[in-house]
Amino acid sequence: MIPPEFDYVAPDSLDEALQALAGGGGDAKVLAGGHSLLPLMKLRLAAPGLLVDIRKVPGLRGVQREDGQWRIGAMTRHADLQGNADLGPVGQAAGLIADQQVRNRGTIGGSLAHGDPASDLPTVLLACEGSLTVASSSGTREVAAADLFQDYLTTAVGDGEIVTEVRVPAFDGWGSSYLKFTRRAEDWAMVAVCALVKKASDGSFEDVRIGLTNMGSTPLRAGAAEAALRGKGADAIAAAADQAAEGTDPPGDLNATPDYKRHLARVLTRRALEEAAA
Amino acid sequence: MSTTEAPAGNGHVGRALRRKEDPRLITGRGSYVEDIILPGTLWMAMVRSPEAHARIVSIDASAAKEREGVVAVLTNEDMADLLAPLPMAWVPPGAEVSTPEHWPLAKGKVCHVGDPVAVVIGEDRYGVVDAAEDVVVEYEPLPVVTDIERALDSDAPVIHEGIGSNKSHEHSVGGGDLEAAFADSDVVMERRIVNHRTSGAPIECRGVLAEDRAGKLTIWSTTQVPHFLRLFLAIMLGGSEERYRVIAPEVGGGFGTKLQIYAEEVIAAWAAKKLQRPIKWIETRSEHMMTSHHGRDQIAYVKVGAKRDGTLTAFHARILADMGAYHQLLTPLIPSLGGYVMTGVYKIPVVHTDVTGVFTNKFATDAIRGAGRPEATHMIEVALDQLADELGMDRLELRRKNFIAKEDFPYETPYGITYDSGDHHGTLDKLLEHFDEDAMRREAPAGKLRGIGYSTYTEICGLAPTRMFGPTGVGVQAGFWESAVVRVHITGGVTVFTGTSPHGQGHETAWGQIVADRLGCDPDAVTVLHGDTDQGPMGLDTYGSRSLAVGGTSAAIAAERLADKCKRIVAHQLEAPVEDIVLQDGKWIVRGSPDKGMTLGEVSMAAHVPTNLPEGMDPALEASSFWEPDNFVFPFGAHACVVDIDRETGKVEVVRYVAVDDCGNPINPLLIDGQVHGGVVHAIGQALFEQVVYDEAGQLVTGSFVDYALPTAAELPSFETDRTVTPSPSNHLGVKGIGEAGTIAASAAVTNAVIDALRPAGVTYMDMPLTPLRVWQAIQEGGAS
Amino acid sequence: MSTVPVHLTVNGQRHELQVEPRLLLVHLLRENLGLTGTHVGCDTTNCGACTVHLDGESVKSCTVLAVQADGAEVKTIEGMADGDKLHPLQEAFWADHGLQCGYCTPGMIMAAADLLARNPTPTEDEVRHGLEGNLCRCTGYHNIVRAVQDAAQAMSGGTAVGSQEVSA
Repeated sequence: MIPPEFDYVAPDSLDEALQALAGGGGDAKVLAGGHSLLPLMKLRLAAPGLLVDIRKVPGLRGVQREDGQWRIGAMTRHADLQGNADLGPVGQAAGLIADQQVRNRGTIGGSLAHGDPASDLPTVLLACEGSLTVASSSGTREVAAADLFQDYLTTAVGDGEIVTEVRVPAFDGWGSSYLKFTRRAEDWAMVAVCALVKKASDGSFEDVRIGLTNMGSTPLRAGAAEAALRGKGADAIAAAADQAAEGTDPPGDLNATPDYKRHLARVLTRRALEEAAA
Repeated sequence: MSTTEAPAGNGHVGRALRRKEDPRLITGRGSYVEDIILPGTLWMAMVRSPEAHARIVSIDASAAKEREGVVAVLTNEDMADLLAPLPMAWVPPGAEVSTPEHWPLAKGKVCHVGDPVAVVIGEDRYGVVDAAEDVVVEYEPLPVVTDIERALDSDAPVIHEGIGSNKSHEHSVGGGDLEAAFADSDVVMERRIVNHRTSGAPIECRGVLAEDRAGKLTIWSTTQVPHFLRLFLAIMLGGSEERYRVIAPEVGGGFGTKLQIYAEEVIAAWAAKKLQRPIKWIETRSEHMMTSHHGRDQIAYVKVGAKRDGTLTAFHARILADMGAYHQLLTPLIPSLGGYVMTGVYKIPVVHTDVTGVFTNKFATDAIRGAGRPEATHMIEVALDQLADELGMDRLELRRKNFIAKEDFPYETPYGITYDSGDHHGTLDKLLEHFDEDAMRREAPAGKLRGIGYSTYTEICGLAPTRMFGPTGVGVQAGFWESAVVRVHITGGVTVFTGTSPHGQGHETAWGQIVADRLGCDPDAVTVLHGDTDQGPMGLDTYGSRSLAVGGTSAAIAAERLADKCKRIVAHQLEAPVEDIVLQDGKWIVRGSPDKGMTLGEVSMAAHVPTNLPEGMDPALEASSFWEPDNFVFPFGAHACVVDIDRETGKVEVVRYVAVDDCGNPINPLLIDGQVHGGVVHAIGQALFEQVVYDEAGQLVTGSFVDYALPTAAELPSFETDRTVTPSPSNHLGVKGIGEAGTIAASAAVTNAVIDALRPAGVTYMDMPLTPLRVWQAIQEGGAS
Repeated sequence: MSTVPVHLTVNGQRHELQVEPRLLLVHLLRENLGLTGTHVGCDTTNCGACTVHLDGESVKSCTVLAVQADGAEVKTIEGMADGDKLHPLQEAFWADHGLQCGYCTPGMIMAAADLLARNPTPTEDEVRHGLEGNLCRCTGYHNIVRAVQDAAQAMSGGTAVGSQEVSA
């Protein structure tokens, strides 16, 4: 399988990259790690006229902590994040993406800008209530996770924009878990759940965040389950998890019916909450 | 490579020598079809039908032809000078098989998604893919039928108007009075058992490179059957066979997928002749999933009769087999091939298998690892567990009660097939030495449903005695002997030509061991050549676990002929009686005088510089053998599988798998274990992960490795293997095949284990594939009932 | 058709080429440089047969544009042995019968090398998960897993690979 023809530039600065992108109009695409875009192009499901490769743009890589937040450069690869315990669910989920080769190329910015509801980091960002810094020729803006994922493979990142940074709260003192259900280790999630819990001194859950992967056209929050557990103790986990699929309408596919996905969401939510709370 | 701690000429057979093939493969120096580059090569890309069933209204190639670098766009009309359509080679005596004409490029209509409509040939690999997208084909869609039971309805759309219905053939094998036998049974167990469609999916896709030079057409192909391909190219393109040379270089796995004569091979050869440029085509995985033949896809209505004490009385399988849209090389044969071992390892006095072949708007099925025999074993072994359940009898006790006993071999089944040798109690006993079922149940992890399943199997392979498998027997239109030439060079090096055509099995190593033992040299001194129709004698290629049993035996015979000549030369040179010359420590010596002897190199020098040979002896040291067996071989064994099921999610994990197999005398245990591991995983793949899925419109849902789920290392356990040794009387090496055995045995063991695990959840039967969704659904339904 | 320059080092040797932007790295290696040890087995970044090292880490070279490797160090299966001395993984795959048809093997060895660089003493489970991006149809993975564990042992100063060679 071979991608269709396109023009290619690899600018040395963000400004040049933005200019190139603007010059290409709607026909230009940003190339980060390429592990969402190139497979689509090889299958000829995408045919951009210009690829703007941002690998030479300085300052887009790396993880640093600042003011209780993690600032992760958009070109930071999954491999740089996998297993990083400081990053909580980001590190947990990054290690479960596809396989090592993919994690060695795929980037957090690319994954979030692509916004596949079956991929892992969008759900984590949503559950963490993180945000993206997005640059364009008219300046930079912050996009909150809640505003980012608009529809299937549609995000708030515009044609002329480049994601430069991902911000995730540090979640000190929280417990987290990312559980992914697949047929095979390298598969996309059939359903996955990101759970974050903060316990009060009496052991009750002061705050709870639950994100759902592949339960709709975008990553989702399990709001009802979160609400059901807030202020309660561990004995309320099962009942709260039972509400995990409330309001979801997942599409069926080869491996799962909508009912089965909703069932998995409930089971995985319970297990993820138990793991996060442990 | 230090392989020779044992003295040369003594006991290389049976040793776990590491492979001669590997040094080139682990360093990236293997030469697969795609690796071969010829100057001036043109690339070929296929234009395939997106419709499952449609009339072709028009094909407009003008835009494609205008693209830079495009040399030709071909359709069926351009290839009107082909002398014959793609072949189907099974003509069973006494049965009618309706085979539709199947041309390499679709003629007037398409019958499955991916049916090739045109090809684009051009200078650039990437450019022809672009140009193929520019070929505009107008289709008039026709009604589609994908369900085999629906396809037989009188109002179903008929795919091949000339045949008049979607039934391709009916074929029955068996013996005895079924009706009376069932009437005489205390219990009759009936199940509808579905064996779903799978893909062979070797990691190397298909590919072909064809060059016509000075009147000789050479084709490099990813094929298991270079000799068959040469024959059919001659038949389809014209001229006699020796004008064609087919080379199967390194082939990256076959599994039956490459036992085929494919459209692309013929088109590339035809175009190379017409355009007088080399033509190369490399299949993509997406194409592979569409148009490399599939396997299995049967619905069987199985009926087993037994006495209350468990004695089996009768077995009947009515099989609906999905042929797909066309018959490829052996499509309709496959379910019948399984029919011959439908009774498994049991004495069942009355058995019948009735096969109905059905056309659907899908790609053809054909031989995939096991080819009919995995389906047969699955049927009988799953059915026996079901029967044991109905009888309230231990499933191993039921098996033991009905095993063909060791002393009953050779054993003639009601199908008229004679099992060569076996010891089913022996393999099961050995299995249970490794496997303590009670302990496995005690050790089940909390929260999981644990299940244990068994499969005791035999299979028919070592294809084949021609009188039984050929035109007058099973009905395959060929002979099935095998050839070898063994040549000793002046300096003592040995070249073996074999007519078999390996694609991963390790023939170079195993044949080396066999020949080295007979000639008194190191296996490293033996080079085994294969897969080139211009090198060595006519051969009949590799499939049906035949290579060792037929081709290895042939190599042994040729080497033994040479050994006789060696003895006579040595006797003459050392002035000793021929009967006193023996092979010892890598030397031909006079018995009792180890200091008096000749090495193979010395013998060969004497033979090639013939100043002192026995009277009337020809010079040089070369012998050939063309040999065919009197009977098939019947490997057998006993497997146990342990699964743990997550009751909440339905996910099945194979936590332990023990395989005890008997393939007769072992040549190289390392290779045997490797074949068993791979074979078992092929069946675990089918049982738990893999399925070719078409939707009702005939669109292929599992079009890539994203959806066609080959298991990875992470889904599998390590395996425990052991062997019993019951030599085959069908060849003097005493060997049986092992390439397909694991695949034939394992799907039933896994399925029985899953059903066993689910019994507490109220589930008593399930068809494969046992995916999380389906297991969860079964638990929901079982729990509800 | 516009082409762009690519400079890269492959198995220690520098190359400068002009390529179509859409040229896949695997095709640059195979067709432009003649390094045919790297194979292609799928279209969808699943099978791992095309695995090579890019700046020391495993990547699937069918999902990397050649231009993305501009300035990079690439290592392929052809660069694993040191002259005639095989890499311990190559030795172990040979000794343990970790390959049959050999088609997945180069990618499998390159993936395993990345795995051992990250985790020099992996458990069986870690080996199995570490190879989740590589498909093999012949071996059932059993002997591949053994080979990787044996290579790990050899590389961390344990028993030399191959000394466990079995005799029947």
